[in-house]
Amino acid sequence: MNDFINGLLRLRRGPWEMVATVLIALGVVMLMQPIALVLFTYSFLVTLIGTVMFIVVSHFPE
Amino acid sequence: MSLNLAQRVASATPPKLARRIRGVSDRTIAWLFVTPTILLLLAVNIFPLIWTIRLSLTNFRTNRPNNPVEFVGLENYRKILTNPDTWASLQATAHFLIWTIVLQVVLGFSLAYLINKKFRGNDLWTTLIVLPMMLSPAVVGNFWTFLYQPQIGLFNYFIEFFSGVDPASFSMIGDVSLAPWTIVLVDTWMWTPFVMLICLAGLRSIPPSIYEAAECDRASKWRQFWTITLPMALPFLMLAVLFRGIENFKMFDLVVQLTGGGPGATTLLTSIDLKREAFEKWRTGFASAYAVILFVTVFGLASIYVKALNKVKDR
Repeated sequence: MNDFINGLLRLRRGPWEMVATVLIALGVVMLMQPIALVLFTYSFLVTLIGTVMFIVVSHFPE
Repeated sequence: MSLNLAQRVASATPPKLARRIRGVSDRTIAWLFVTPTILLLLAVNIFPLIWTIRLSLTNFRTNRPNNPVEFVGLENYRKILTNPDTWASLQATAHFLIWTIVLQVVLGFSLAYLINKKFRGNDLWTTLIVLPMMLSPAVVGNFWTFLYQPQIGLFNYFIEFFSGVDPASFSMIGDVSLAPWTIVLVDTWMWTPFVMLICLAGLRSIPPSIYEAAECDRASKWRQFWTITLPMALPFLMLAVLFRGIENFKMFDLVVQLTGGGPGATTLLTSIDLKREAFEKWRTGFASAYAVILFVTVFGLASIYVKALNKVKDR
C-alpha cells in the first residue's frame, strides 16, 4: 500500500494507470447497471476522467 | 552484364531529378511515404471525430439545414444521461454483450480444443463449423426470423421435441422475456466459429515439447490444461474477446433484421437507438453527443484491454 501511495506521489506510471483503469471500469459499470439512474447520469463523467487520465499517465516514467 | 532493378531505375532517372533526389535525407523520404497515410487518417478519422464533438454541442438537425445552428453547450449530454430510455438501451446492450462473449468464449474454446485433437474428418468438421461466419448478417437475420416463427419455424419444433412444450404456445421474437435471448443465440451461432479459429491458432502455437516434458513429470491432463494450455492460449483468447466485444458493442445489422429492436424496446441496442435518433428523428446534435459517449466508453475499455493484453504477452 505504501509503495502504491509513494508511486502516486512520485508520479509513476504503474499506480496512476491503476487509478485510471479503476475509474474507466467503474464508469462502464455505472453506464450499464440496472440499479440507479443517478449512477448512469454520472457514468460518462467518470469514464471520461478515467480515459483522459489513462492517456496522460501512459507518458509518466515507470 | 545485366543490371539489377535499382541500377536500371537509377539510369532511367533524368539527371536533373536525380541531382535533386540525391540531396534528400532518409528522414525526408520516410516522411514522403508516411504523409499520404497521415493525411488519409486525418481526413477519415480525426476530422469526423472533431466535427462530431462540435456538432454534439449544437442543436443542428440534418433535415433542416437552413435553420440557424445554436450552441447549446452540454445540454445534449444532459438529456441523454438523464433519459431512462437511453439507460434501458444501454442495459439491453450490456445483456447482449456479456452473454454473447461468455457463450462464444466458452463454446469457441471448447470447439478449438476438440478440433485441435487429431481425428478422422477433422478438416471437414472445421469447414462445417466455420460456415455460419461466412454468411451475411442480413441473410442470417432473415432466415433465423423464419426459424423462430411460432407456426412454421423449426426452432419451436426443436424445443417441443426436447421439452414437450407446444410450439405454437410461445414466440421467441414476439415475447418480451425471450427476445433478448434470441439475438444472443443467433450471434453466438454465427460468431462462435470466429472465436474458435483464434483459439485454434493459439492452441496450435503451443510447442508439443512442453506437453512431452509435462508427461515426463507425470502431470495429469487436467494439470496440463490449467498450467500449459490455458495460460499459453490466453493472449489469443483475450484478443478474441476484444474483437467480439467491440464488434458486439456496435452490433446493428443482425439485430435490425431479426427483431428491429422490438418487442417494445427490449432488443433496442445502442447502435439502433443511435441510428433512429440520427436518421429517423434527425436530431443530429443529440445523436452526435450519443456517439461521443459511446466512443469514449469503447476507447476507455480498449485502452485497459490493450494494456492487459500486453501484460499477458510479456509474461
